[in-house]
Amino acid sequence: MAVITIREALNQAMREEMRRDEGVFLMGEEVAAYQGAYKVSKGLLEEFGDKRVVDSPITELGFAGLGVGAAMVGLRPIIEFMTFNFSILATDQIINSAAKMRYMSGGQFKIPIVFRGPNGSAFQVSSQHSQALESWYAHFPGLKVVMPSTPADAKGLLKSAIRDDDPVVFLEQERMYGNKGEVPDGEDFLVPLGVADVKREGTDCTVVARSMTVPLALKAAEELEKQGVSVEVVDPRTIRPLDIETIVNSVKKTNRLVIAEESHAFCGVGAEISAQVMEHAFDYLDAPVKRLSGADAPMPYAKNLERLALPDVERIVKAVREVSYLD
Amino acid sequence: MSELKVTPMRPRTESEGASAGAGVAEERDARDRIDPAELREEHEQRHQEQLKQIGGVDRDTLLKMLYQMVLIRRFEEKSAESYTLGKIGGFCHLYIGQEAVAVGCLSALRPDDYVFTSYRDHGHALVMGTSPDEVMAELFGKIGGCSKGKGGSMHLFDADKHFLGGHGIVGGQIPLATGTAYATKYKGTDQATLVFFGEAAVNQGAFHESLNMAQLWKLPCIYICENNQYGMGTSLKRAMSISDVSQKAVGYGMASEFVDGMDVLAVRAATERALERARKEYLPSLLEIRTYRFMGHSMSDPGHYRTRAEIEKYQERDPVKVFGDNLREKGVLDDAGLKEIEERVRAEVEHSVKFADESPEPAPEELFTDIYANPIKPGR
Ligand SMILES: Cc1ncc(C[n+]2csc(CCOP(=O)(O)OP(=O)(O)O)c2C)c(N)n1
Ligand SMILES: [Mg+2]
Repeated sequence: MAVITIREALNQAMREEMRRDEGVFLMGEEVAAYQGAYKVSKGLLEEFGDKRVVDSPITELGFAGLGVGAAMVGLRPIIEFMTFNFSILATDQIINSAAKMRYMSGGQFKIPIVFRGPNGSAFQVSSQHSQALESWYAHFPGLKVVMPSTPADAKGLLKSAIRDDDPVVFLEQERMYGNKGEVPDGEDFLVPLGVADVKREGTDCTVVARSMTVPLALKAAEELEKQGVSVEVVDPRTIRPLDIETIVNSVKKTNRLVIAEESHAFCGVGAEISAQVMEHAFDYLDAPVKRLSGADAPMPYAKNLERLALPDVERIVKAVREVSYLD
Repeated sequence: MSELKVTPMRPRTESEGASAGAGVAEERDARDRIDPAELREEHEQRHQEQLKQIGGVDRDTLLKMLYQMVLIRRFEEKSAESYTLGKIGGFCHLYIGQEAVAVGCLSALRPDDYVFTSYRDHGHALVMGTSPDEVMAELFGKIGGCSKGKGGSMHLFDADKHFLGGHGIVGGQIPLATGTAYATKYKGTDQATLVFFGEAAVNQGAFHESLNMAQLWKLPCIYICENNQYGMGTSLKRAMSISDVSQKAVGYGMASEFVDGMDVLAVRAATERALERARKEYLPSLLEIRTYRFMGHSMSDPGHYRTRAEIEKYQERDPVKVFGDNLREKGVLDDAGLKEIEERVRAEVEHSVKFADESPEPAPEELFTDIYANPIKPGR
């Protein structure tokens, strides 16, 4: 197994799938000549040429819709948003077209498209450039929503997303592109959509984390182990469809649940998980479910305020201790 | 109904190199061929044009404009330095090379007019009268900043000065400006709105939707495209089907002009003409102001998509230097006068760093202030 970054893992996934299927193409701002704003598409233009790796104008609604149209007649577009903040301009095509096409045509069309790019905060880029949008997209039937947290998941899930026949919103995290990890060799390595992963086993408290909060939760778990608390970290990996069974099974074992997320809490994915756990495992809970989310405020620029607005290891530790009634 | 049977891919023959995108390498080659004689002739012509225009503007205005251009240049140099020192974070887009656009346009305004721009906003804020102290403190993320440290480099705002902001979403400010123009007409005043945006923003729907409404409803908005010929690493030619931005107005029946953005007085004159249309007839205009950024797109851009030669070609027409030289040639200013401006600017910029360093970080409570104008405590 090779140790690579999430950036390289995503690159490999696209490269392998483009080699495998001539209908796969990549379009987005700065993906070709510039090699990607975050260098995720490095070398793809060179290998596949400018028919299949296409620099678009800054026109998100347009190229997202173009992708959906191309998918309607059998191509498999990967549409990169430089960041998902800019996908907000394209939500009409993602939600009104991609998500609904199959249903409203009575099953006559499939839309095998991937919308991908970094989601959530970066470093001090302020309110308009720091938004975690998973709950928006996960709200709509017709879309699948994926959020990897390790290089192996990033590669395996992206390959599955590209091969999937439905629109997939694939949310990366800029802060994590350089994170390293082992990735199984071979072009056949896939991670199925819709399957959660237990990133660390434990017996006293479950922490459900996704994307950026997974490494934080694992660090918190190490810290808590020293304090005598055994934490199980569950990463759903796919937000829709959500593998609630794995989460519920964990809660049935630990009887306590903390949800750590970068996004706002209100109407968020954490709220959904909390509700479903209540529906399926109410009798197993020894404490109310605790959500640890991004601040209920737009992201500020100032470094000290930005730090306060995001979940961190310390606060995850505190939340676990709280639901364990240790303090 | 059955599922659509998709047409299979036709196998490609050897000779087919079907390509959707524009050839990157060929385009770069073409831009590299610069004829020095042709260039010299062009520069001389522009030189004479600016000399002619200097006579038509009063001395105080000329000196103020030069001062503002020097202020932006030195302020931005200091921003770059502070970014390297880690005092500024996030994205930081410098205005070096484009000074003549903000200074020329804004010199023609009245204080009650409204101005919007993109994230490349330091220069506009300074010319609108926001103090260098407040701008630098904002870049440093301090409470003394013009947006209390919450907005940062991309989101400078100054309501008192009618500077309605730096906006981070490409094209996002264009409909907003259309809205202030709508409001001023609604109120029956003769205020104008100026909105600045890059040439890459012209490809957004927001631009086209705005121009149509503005002409349809006769709104006093001046749309100013700062065409620096690149949107990040993508040249205009690789992103737009026609490279003549001013032509975009034709489809909406709107007045438009192409303006040399390295000549601050040409910029001012074109803005004055557009302002007259706006104030007298409530008519919008599109100005395409051709300029060039001397630095990377932002502080984190290595700039491999353009050549040294191309940058140097434009640096020869450095708008700040050219304007200073021409003012001296016409006797508006002597060496001592120029030195005085440089000294004054240096002191102001130094002071801005000191002010920003000393200004406190926003208090933790600030995280939750300014979210609502009327925060409601729910329930009875
Ligand atoms: C909707 C949207 N898409 C992409 C971006 C990322 N981005 C920021 S600036 C920029 C280039 C814009 O170029 P241009 O409009 O020419 O302005 P310039 O930077 O040259 O002043 C891009 C792609 C963004 N901020 N907003
Ligand atoms: Mg530009």
